[in-house]
Amino acid sequence: MRNTTLVSAATLAMMAAVAPVHADTSDRRIALSNNYAGNSWRQAMLESWSEIAGAAAQDGVVAAADAFTTSENQATEQAAQIQNLILQGYDAIVLNAASPTALNGAVAEACNAGLVVVSFDGIVTEPCAWRIAVDFQQMGREQVDYLASRLPDGGNLLEIRGLAGVFVDDEISAGIHDGVAQHSQFDIVGAVHGDWAQEVAQRAVSGILPSLPDIVGVVTQGGDGYGAAQAIRAAGRDMPIIVLGNRQDEMQWWADQRDANGYETLSLSIAPGVATLAFWVAQQILDGQDVPKDLTVPFLKITQATLDDTLAQTPSGSVANVTYSLEDARAVIAGAD
Amino acid sequence: MRRLFSRYRILLPVVSLALLLVATFYMQPRTMSYFGVNLLFNLAVPIALATVAQMCIMMVEDIDLSVGAFVSLTACVTATLLNDQPVLGVGVLACLVAAYAVMGAVIHRLELPAIVVTLGMSFVWGGLALFILPTPGGASPGWLRSMMTSTPPMVPMAVVASVVIATVAHLLVVRSGIGTVLRGVGGNARSVARAGWPVIRLKALAYGLAGLFGVLAGMALVGLTTSADANIALRYTLLSIAGVILGGGEFTGGKVSPVGAVIGALTLTLAASFLSFLRLSPDWQIGAQGGILIIVLMARLLFTRRNTRDG
Repeated sequence: MRNTTLVSAATLAMMAAVAPVHADTSDRRIALSNNYAGNSWRQAMLESWSEIAGAAAQDGVVAAADAFTTSENQATEQAAQIQNLILQGYDAIVLNAASPTALNGAVAEACNAGLVVVSFDGIVTEPCAWRIAVDFQQMGREQVDYLASRLPDGGNLLEIRGLAGVFVDDEISAGIHDGVAQHSQFDIVGAVHGDWAQEVAQRAVSGILPSLPDIVGVVTQGGDGYGAAQAIRAAGRDMPIIVLGNRQDEMQWWADQRDANGYETLSLSIAPGVATLAFWVAQQILDGQDVPKDLTVPFLKITQATLDDTLAQTPSGSVANVTYSLEDARAVIAGAD
Repeated sequence: MRRLFSRYRILLPVVSLALLLVATFYMQPRTMSYFGVNLLFNLAVPIALATVAQMCIMMVEDIDLSVGAFVSLTACVTATLLNDQPVLGVGVLACLVAAYAVMGAVIHRLELPAIVVTLGMSFVWGGLALFILPTPGGASPGWLRSMMTSTPPMVPMAVVASVVIATVAHLLVVRSGIGTVLRGVGGNARSVARAGWPVIRLKALAYGLAGLFGVLAGMALVGLTTSADANIALRYTLLSIAGVILGGGEFTGGKVSPVGAVIGALTLTLAASFLSFLRLSPDWQIGAQGGILIIVLMARLLFTRRNTRDG
């Protein structure tokens, strides 16, 4: 039984080798290598994967789309996992990496064995892999652009940063400062570290508020908007425009405020469903399409118009999500050319 | 049969590894090839070296909770200094080995519990690693990379390396005179002292050996991964302790087996792969890994108990 499968797999592989550029991917197997599953974002990511990639496997677009998660969130463990996936005969690995560099050896092994490796969110630097990266600087700039469109006269801003010393925090903050440099009517009068957590942000904002002049806007990094709103309300100040980060509690608060006093803002972050984008990119590469090595993830933006729908679809305690289709992936690939 | 197992302590680890290997080959026939065996075991080489390092400490009746952080640090040094300025890199690595030896001497002199000192030192190593390599990166020296990815004829690199490590450690610890004295320190330090040996120097030597193997583990790891990360090897601390125990070593009495330690490291690595071939959910994998460990230890206990009763 096992032998016949092997033989038929070999035959299929040979047929694929002589087939024209638009190869069929129905005999190809794609694996998701994930380093961590311990928060709502990753849980939503795994759900999106099983929904979209699972359906693709069932429909025969690919032969299999299995998800593997390491238990200890350690790079050496994930390197071993990738090597196991090679041995299990997968044709492509979609990778959310524990480290941008420590998996390079295993990724190179996979490439040498003829596998396609597509990294997303936690990307790897190995040149043979594809990267679906997040333009965090742009995320910072867009917040200030939005505030400029709402407040042409400008004013004072409070910046809530993420976890000190983490690359993402530096990038978003750099984008925000870049945006402020372009829109000179704004001044950042204070910055605190909210560690991407509501409680930490609330404490930090409460601490800095008494020393601040009037603020018209709060620029954030996601996961911290609701805490900031609580602190500002407790201090009895007018509510500034707080840019939010797609968390369910933030959107719920926004909807409540809108119903009470017509509050308007913008929410943006990366959807966990980016895993499904990576899945389709891997499928397209297996299909013989020419895909650039570096792609950029589109943000998931929630506006006044889309708030109610998104909120209704987001489970309590989770984060707004969207899954990507083959067409979305084609658009992203075409956009990168 | 029971008597056979209890007489030859090494047999149980060998049999465990063989059983697991057969099961893996059955589950995933693709692994039964030169390429497959190498992929299964190449990441076990740095773990085997770290396990031998841990064994050097357990040999003198101490335990080292800083192995993982130390290997991470040496990996960072290898990927940065050793690659850019080889002379400085070798110097720093030599200093790290010396630091380990000094740590052993201090632990003995001040009669400090090794578990506390090494736990404290793990934060020092971690801090130094972050200082040398604040963001993941660096590059493996070319010679190291080609050594770790070499393809010797017939037998894969991972197997050759494991055999070499086991042989060297065996000669050093079991066959050599100084190795016997070192194990004596673990068995009965007072007797060794009465016999005229300077125990403080012996402890420093044992720790220095551990440092040396720790450095080799970091280098081997970078040769495989091509670059480093300050947290790259943190899980080696517990893996190395488990590897020593799995290989027939004990926490007390200087009872260690270098060949067993290497086999223990290979078994642990293989167990993880086997469980992933089983498609076991990740939530269960750590538990299942622990289960394998407990089964092997129970088997050993069964044999040794029986032996004392027959005694």
